Amino acid sequence: MIEWLALYNDWAVIVIMMAGFYIMIARHNLVKKIIGLSIFQTGIFYFYVGLGKIDNATAPIFVEPVVINGVVEDTVIYSNPLPHVLILTAIVVGVATMAVGLALIVRIYEKYGSIEEDNIQAIDHKLICRLDDKT
Amino acid sequence: MFFNIHFTVLLIVLPLMAAPICVILRKPKPAWLVAIIANFFVVLFSISLLNHILDGNVVRYELGGWAAPTGIEYYIDAINAILLCVVSVISLLTLIYSKQSIRKEIAEPRHYLFYAGWLLCLTGLLGILITGDAFNVFVFLEISSLSMYMLIALGRERRQALMAAFRYLILGSIGASFILLGIGFLYAATGTLNMSDISERLALIDESRSVIVGFSFITLGLLIKTAMFPLFSWLPNAYQFAPSAVSAFLAGTATKVSLYVLLRFFYQIFGADYSFGNLLLGYVLLPLAIIGFFVMSVVAVFQTDIRRMLAYSSIAQVGYIVTAISMATHQGLTAGIIHIINHAFIKTALFISIGCIIYRYGTARIDDLGGIIKSMPWTCAAFIIAGLSLIGVPLTAGFVSKWHLITAAINSGWWIVVIMILMSSLMAIIYIGRVIEVFCFKDVSSTTQSDSHISVKEAPLSMLLPLWMLIIISVYTGINGDSVVDLAKLAATQLLENLPSVNNSLSIRGRL
Repeated sequence: MIEWLALYNDWAVIVIMMAGFYIMIARHNLVKKIIGLSIFQTGIFYFYVGLGKIDNATAPIFVEPVVINGVVEDTVIYSNPLPHVLILTAIVVGVATMAVGLALIVRIYEKYGSIEEDNIQAIDHKLICRLDDKT
Repeated sequence: MFFNIHFTVLLIVLPLMAAPICVILRKPKPAWLVAIIANFFVVLFSISLLNHILDGNVVRYELGGWAAPTGIEYYIDAINAILLCVVSVISLLTLIYSKQSIRKEIAEPRHYLFYAGWLLCLTGLLGILITGDAFNVFVFLEISSLSMYMLIALGRERRQALMAAFRYLILGSIGASFILLGIGFLYAATGTLNMSDISERLALIDESRSVIVGFSFITLGLLIKTAMFPLFSWLPNAYQFAPSAVSAFLAGTATKVSLYVLLRFFYQIFGADYSFGNLLLGYVLLPLAIIGFFVMSVVAVFQTDIRRMLAYSSIAQVGYIVTAISMATHQGLTAGIIHIINHAFIKTALFISIGCIIYRYGTARIDDLGGIIKSMPWTCAAFIIAGLSLIGVPLTAGFVSKWHLITAAINSGWWIVVIMILMSSLMAIIYIGRVIEVFCFKDVSSTTQSDSHISVKEAPLSMLLPLWMLIIISVYTGINGDSVVDLAKLAATQLLENLPSVNNSLSIRGRL
């Protein structure tokens, strides 16, 4: 039980990711879908941030080692900075995705007058029926 | 042929730099010219690279002056050199075609953005192919996807195109996020991102849950990106409503590039023994692939819009390729690679010819296009040849790939698969044959728009030229299939070996 609780950061990742995923599937509002996507990606960012953490480690900034009588006294443990750097890139990508998504939603609202998926499908369906009547 | 090691990086930098230049120029014609010139050089560089790896060399290029496992490197062997050529050639030809076709589809003030988006998309696709770094794959995947969403949203029927782009954005981002998560697990297990390094260190790990989890996430993400059955729902709408040049480009390249990543991960990073032996990947992929190509061929038969029909046929073709891949034999792998190459050219040709028809008639509904061979003989002839190639009629490229696919299946003893492939090819005869019948034999007067039909002329030369170039390529590979087959065999041999270590002395090296 304690072992499972010790992985609390991974549990948080799972909960956040699945919450986002659920919103994307269950909500028919396009903006909410984008919010879901953003939460989903945030879960992954947390996962990466957790990856770089090492117990009792400091920030990866070089510290002069303390030398007493020619023996290195305290060896400093650094956290792994690479996952953090990677996730900075992924965050930028996530922001870009959200921007494109929201821009699309603005256009969709202009064309359909709605951002509810059900309404949009109904409008599309009507359009197709009208095309079939013509022929 | 002239070769310089820096061609490797120029392949990415050139289109990336040309994209903002297009935005600065703001006028359609100069922007198009810049895009064509950049793309032309990309084609030259990729052919020169392909020439250089033919004798089994690999090219490694270090960026930023950091040696390989620490820094990012570009890694090129047979499989990605071939696909670099395929993608850049298809991009150049569709770009030539796009100049006329987007006039009727996109408002003039947005043309320069179209070319900028196109170049960024090309950068992303080439980047996925060329990079030897797992995280870099994700970054380039997102570059290509984001510009692809934008290109799709420019479609002719603005409404549906916007929704198609939005659906693709949601699904594509989920796929890319899964890949990102998978790469994170791999990094947690191995502590490195370089592909060669990952595969070396994975071989030392016996049983690791994080490797299995990483493997599953990457597989799932890539299957969404390749539009493998049952994860294809974004594809038909995207292909149908995108501007015709974009659907041609998308159909020829995007799914193929994801299939390449699939190959690289399954066969080299995880190793064929691990993915197909230990994890029984074949038992998951094969049934889905078979159901995929069969069901999608049936669905294609019932479509009223030709572009949608071709989209479903594309999903079916992905099914064939994954079937070939999941055999995990040299022959199967060769068949898969041949089909990736051939199908890229065939599908692009089909979408371009439909684009020409839409350019003149404004519709792609089968019922409205009776007897158009009289007014557009060259376009229809190209469609018929490419269609026959899709079915797999002898003397076309499709025959070469189907032949290898079926031989590989027979040699693996998979008779049911052979029967299913043949049945599905029969479906292809029906859905392509239906269109050809309408084009050639249906009376013009029986259609609704008979008045406008009389005045319609053949598509302009700048659209026909790239179309027929693609047809010539596919017929040439059909008659003289050896060149492609030899390349595919070389690529398959290399894929079945381990990735050479980072410090391997046999590779051609360069650094920036």
